Amino acid sequence: MRQSFSEWTKSGAPWVWLNAGAVAICMIMVVGLLTLIAVRGLGHFWPADIVQTNYTENDNTIRMIGERVQEVEVPAEQLRDSGVKVPEGVETMDRVLMKIGNRDHGGTDFIWILDAFNSDKSKPEMLFAAERREWGNFYGYLRSIKEDGKVVASYEGYEKTEEYMALWNEFQARIERTLTIYDQIKDIEKDKIGSINYEMERLRLKERSLQLKEVTDSAPYQEIDDRRKELDMEYESLQGELLALYNAVNRDTLTAEIANGKIVEFKLAWVVRAFLPNDMSIGGKIGHYFAKIWEFLSEDPREANTEGGIFPAIYGTVLMVLIMSVMVTPFGVVAAVYLREYAKQGFVTRVIRIAVNNLAGVPSIVYGVFGLGFFVYFLGGHIDDAFFPEAKPAPTFGTPGLLWASITLALLTVPVVIVATEEGLTCIPRATREGSLALGATKFETLMKIVIPMASPAIMTGVILAIARAAGEVAPLMLVGVVKLAPSLPLDGNYPFLHLDQKFMHLGFHIYDVGFQSPNVEAARPLVYATALLLVAVIAMLNITAIQIRNHLREKYKALEM
Amino acid sequence: MSTDKTVSSELDFDTPAAKRHRSIRALKDKMAAGGIAFGGISVIVAILLIFFYLLYEVAPLFESAKIERWQENNQEIAPYAVPGTGKTLYLTMEEQTEIGLRVTDSGKMVFFNTRNGEVLKEEAITLPEGVSVTSFALASEYSGIFALGLSNGQAFIYKHKYKSTYPNGVRVITPVLEYPLGAEPIQVSEGPVEVLAFNGEEEEWTLVGGQPSKLVGVSISLTENIITEEVMADTSDFSLPELNAPVSKVLIMPDQRWMMVSGADNKLTVVDLKAQGGPAITQLLDTTSGDITSFKWLLGGNSLLISDNKGVTSQWFLVRNENNEWLMTKIREFKNGSAPISSIAIEHRRKGFVTITDNGDLSVYSTTAERNSLNAAVAQGNVETIAMAPRSNALLVEKEGELTLWAIHNEHPEISWSALWEKVWYEGYQEPEFTWQSSASTNDFEPKYSLMPLAFGTLKAAFYAMLLGTPLAICGAIYTAYFMVPAMRKKVKPFIELMEALPTVILGFLAGLWLAPFMEVNLAGIFVTLLVIPAAIIGFAFAWSNAPKTVRYLVPDGWDAALLVPVIVIATLFSFWIAPGIEQMLFGTEMRYWVSQELGIPYDQRNALVVGIAMGFAVIPTIFSITEDAIFAVPKHLSYGSLALGATPWQTLVRVVMPTASPGIFSAVMIGMGRAVGETMIVLMATGNTPIMDMNIFEGMRTLAANIAVEMPESEVGSTHYRILFLAAFVLFLFTFFVNTLAELVRQRLRKKYGSL
Repeated sequence: MRQSFSEWTKSGAPWVWLNAGAVAICMIMVVGLLTLIAVRGLGHFWPADIVQTNYTENDNTIRMIGERVQEVEVPAEQLRDSGVKVPEGVETMDRVLMKIGNRDHGGTDFIWILDAFNSDKSKPEMLFAAERREWGNFYGYLRSIKEDGKVVASYEGYEKTEEYMALWNEFQARIERTLTIYDQIKDIEKDKIGSINYEMERLRLKERSLQLKEVTDSAPYQEIDDRRKELDMEYESLQGELLALYNAVNRDTLTAEIANGKIVEFKLAWVVRAFLPNDMSIGGKIGHYFAKIWEFLSEDPREANTEGGIFPAIYGTVLMVLIMSVMVTPFGVVAAVYLREYAKQGFVTRVIRIAVNNLAGVPSIVYGVFGLGFFVYFLGGHIDDAFFPEAKPAPTFGTPGLLWASITLALLTVPVVIVATEEGLTCIPRATREGSLALGATKFETLMKIVIPMASPAIMTGVILAIARAAGEVAPLMLVGVVKLAPSLPLDGNYPFLHLDQKFMHLGFHIYDVGFQSPNVEAARPLVYATALLLVAVIAMLNITAIQIRNHLREKYKALEM
Repeated sequence: MSTDKTVSSELDFDTPAAKRHRSIRALKDKMAAGGIAFGGISVIVAILLIFFYLLYEVAPLFESAKIERWQENNQEIAPYAVPGTGKTLYLTMEEQTEIGLRVTDSGKMVFFNTRNGEVLKEEAITLPEGVSVTSFALASEYSGIFALGLSNGQAFIYKHKYKSTYPNGVRVITPVLEYPLGAEPIQVSEGPVEVLAFNGEEEEWTLVGGQPSKLVGVSISLTENIITEEVMADTSDFSLPELNAPVSKVLIMPDQRWMMVSGADNKLTVVDLKAQGGPAITQLLDTTSGDITSFKWLLGGNSLLISDNKGVTSQWFLVRNENNEWLMTKIREFKNGSAPISSIAIEHRRKGFVTITDNGDLSVYSTTAERNSLNAAVAQGNVETIAMAPRSNALLVEKEGELTLWAIHNEHPEISWSALWEKVWYEGYQEPEFTWQSSASTNDFEPKYSLMPLAFGTLKAAFYAMLLGTPLAICGAIYTAYFMVPAMRKKVKPFIELMEALPTVILGFLAGLWLAPFMEVNLAGIFVTLLVIPAAIIGFAFAWSNAPKTVRYLVPDGWDAALLVPVIVIATLFSFWIAPGIEQMLFGTEMRYWVSQELGIPYDQRNALVVGIAMGFAVIPTIFSITEDAIFAVPKHLSYGSLALGATPWQTLVRVVMPTASPGIFSAVMIGMGRAVGETMIVLMATGNTPIMDMNIFEGMRTLAANIAVEMPESEVGSTHYRILFLAAFVLFLFTFFVNTLAELVRQRLRKKYGSL
């Protein structure tokens, strides 16, 4: 049955199809976005080949060594305008973003070049890449290794030989050694000296509070002084140890040839990891890939957050979310129980529902402003006046921190828990409640023993959704407690272990900060994608879990109603 | 009966223990009921707390000022006799309002305790025989530099400064007098210096003085002796143009280019000292119909304040016209009653001033906000002088040989309805404008707190987001709720929920770092896609409906959306593939160059289109879910009835289902709108955050929410800026409160209606 176009239009079918198209577009957008993040985020850890070329632009030839990062097509017109000599008849050219590293020698570690001007492209097996503690990546040919200024191994050529492998193995062994020493240094600096400093500060506050209380008895002061002397002694000895370790770690240096042919020398201690990407087997690359992913998840950030891992951000996010859920769950559940089980449906419940909807609809930044003003300055300020006068004028709770961030987000996510719990309560058949009441249980007993246990998966759904929301929320946190780099974790080995007054790092804020406030956006971008991927993965997982629980619950109650 | 007996004999429910147990249970139940009710009500408390706390922080902005006699230990300070001798030429106070300075016509400079008039330090010019002080000039209140002109044609220049020390933890302030232009007097004119004005900074100074009928200019350049650190002044005279009336007062701008002369004929003469060919008169202006009583610079030396004997104070500043000429222009007038203004005092840190009339009535004004924040009577009858403290928290009034110290509470005079929401003519601007600029590096900066550009930016961002999001979300929801098979619907809904859960920081980051650069290169592609995709859908659909049945039956009805996925993907790729060609054909260059060069519309990389797409993405799931629920909840028998009467599915949808569900769709759009207006991270990351007022889709904007996120961490607690940011939050709160309440009421009504169907 052939239809003419006008007939077909009259039936309204095109509109239906357009509506179907809208759904399809939404789907494509979601999937496309997730794919984009996944590809970019996961690609970052794969060891890219290092390319060596002779690059000629405007009759200037230089050797260039680096990784190809990105390619775009540009009109030749535009290049000619900017003073590049482009041959006649060429319409467009491929422009390549090269990561050339060696920021300490060239100034920038990224450069745009024109692909057509490259000649003699090669991937020498001997080229090595080194991730460093400072100045970003290094690319070059390893030339020698020195111990206390004396050469212990060296190699001159460009071919892979036995001699070269010996040098390389020596290099790896010494990196291994510096890494072990660094672990010891970190242990002393962060844990031991950190806790001494922490205790010193506590002693100072203790002394100050004694002074404020006008205690004249000298015994407590003496006690503090004694302890302080002990700590000082400990500190001195640790300092000595530290000095020895630093001397040990700075023993070795290495020399390497960089792209322009110069031989440069730097401390071996700078190197975190060195590898020969062009000489790696697939297995080696996969190993490297997972090692990098593990580093990303478990290490502290380096170089203004643009390198290294994001462990403190994960830790901060998880801790904040946990504290938040401890606060939000009882509050949300009680409110939902009131709405569904206790309140007489009428004006009050209508007003509460409007309030819940408004709490859900108020922009998150407004919560941030409210949290900053009310919790931090008002409540925090008063808490400081009442409980921490010894620390004044430095604020303890009167400054943005973990506790206030958690409370602010608890307030922000409470509607999520209320709505989900209420839905769960609605699903529970009346008969179950009536049965319990008929057996003589009080309303409260029915609630605690029958209704809440039955609704617990729904409550769980609500809490999971609240957690997912809180984990992704950034705007209010920027005002009430997040920092780009926290000196210590909010939960550590120093009494009272959980530092609610401390500022913390957060995955979402990390994305914003590294992606938009970083001085070296180009270098940071892959890391931002990786962080985004992690955040999306966590949130998607939480949501899918919540949806699963809810669907399961719905099925179960459907069966109950039969 | 018998069974009853046996039960009661075996089980006694009324033992004391059982009774106690029961009453405990009842008590528990009651307490729980109370606790739970409290928990429920506390949701209302929370929302009210947010509302009232924001209000509490905002309210001080709109409080009017207060004035009262200065109190020390709960004791009002009594007026005291004016310290020192002679007539007051200048009266001022230091930062802490503890010490005052009075300069008199007998050449005395007296530092005194402002609480009781006790003289702390007195210095005097060593006047030669028969010479007297004839004039006084002030560079600016802020610098503390002033000059005294003598009857022998010389001028002395001083600076008053205060040093704070803390011996034994108690603050002690010591006044100091310095010679910033060297200790030697400067020879100004032959005759007595009856009129004097000077200004400048660091090494270059200009001084004008002389007799009312003959003024002389002196340029001073300073050199410092490196060893002795003594300052030497090199002076050179320059002549000034003839003025057509005797001069009563002269002022020089800090840039030393412009000189303002108030003549005895009450006219204002503007002199360009750096004009080509020597100083020249550029303007002669009528300023008032009465007599000029006061002629002073506002803070910063850009605005002139002229008061007259009719109670009017007018503000003037230089405005550049199209021919690049600077013209002194009357900007605004301040008037409160018609009593003659006898004296005015300038605020040291803000663009504000205080006037006092012959009756002793005081008025406090802020120029930018055009606000009269206080009117009070501080004296009866004429006062000699008034002086403002640097922090604008105190006022000294001299009357009949007595000084009175007043305390002023005027924290936020810069704010008024007009300053926030109307065009304001700021200093140095060509015309009144809406501007947001909350801080700058200089001290005499005029803060520009217009919320209009921010409110406009917010609505602009929301508009573009809704433009993209609403049709997609509503159409998608219609299809999902009404046409889609349940099996597919089950798969689609979690996707939408996932879309809703995506953190906005990720959307913002992708918009800023991926979409914005992508769009810059593929701008034409985006627009081509808008045309190609609908065409492709319709084309495919028509082809499909005419396809052989064997093919068509492979895919059952209601799976159309799945069929369209590859079509749309291919159409999108195709659009981006043909876009460069179309671009070349239509514009001859890349579209973004064409836009900025041919259309003259500036193109920002991070623009409203990027925000629209990213934020559209964020609002789609909100609108989608609520719309979908509303349509799905429409009772099925309505549509069955319509279909049975022969209507096509589309007709049923448009004529029956949609009208029933429309309130629900309305509330969905409202809630989506609320979300778009309050969204922070996307806007923060995907726009340049420049507070401009332009509807152009290729330019950025700054929204209220993003502005809070950017500026809140840096604002000082309790300052005007801090409170304005709270006001911005309050505006956002009220907007979303209104929108959400409306949407919720609509939904509640709708639910009732469906219930009855």
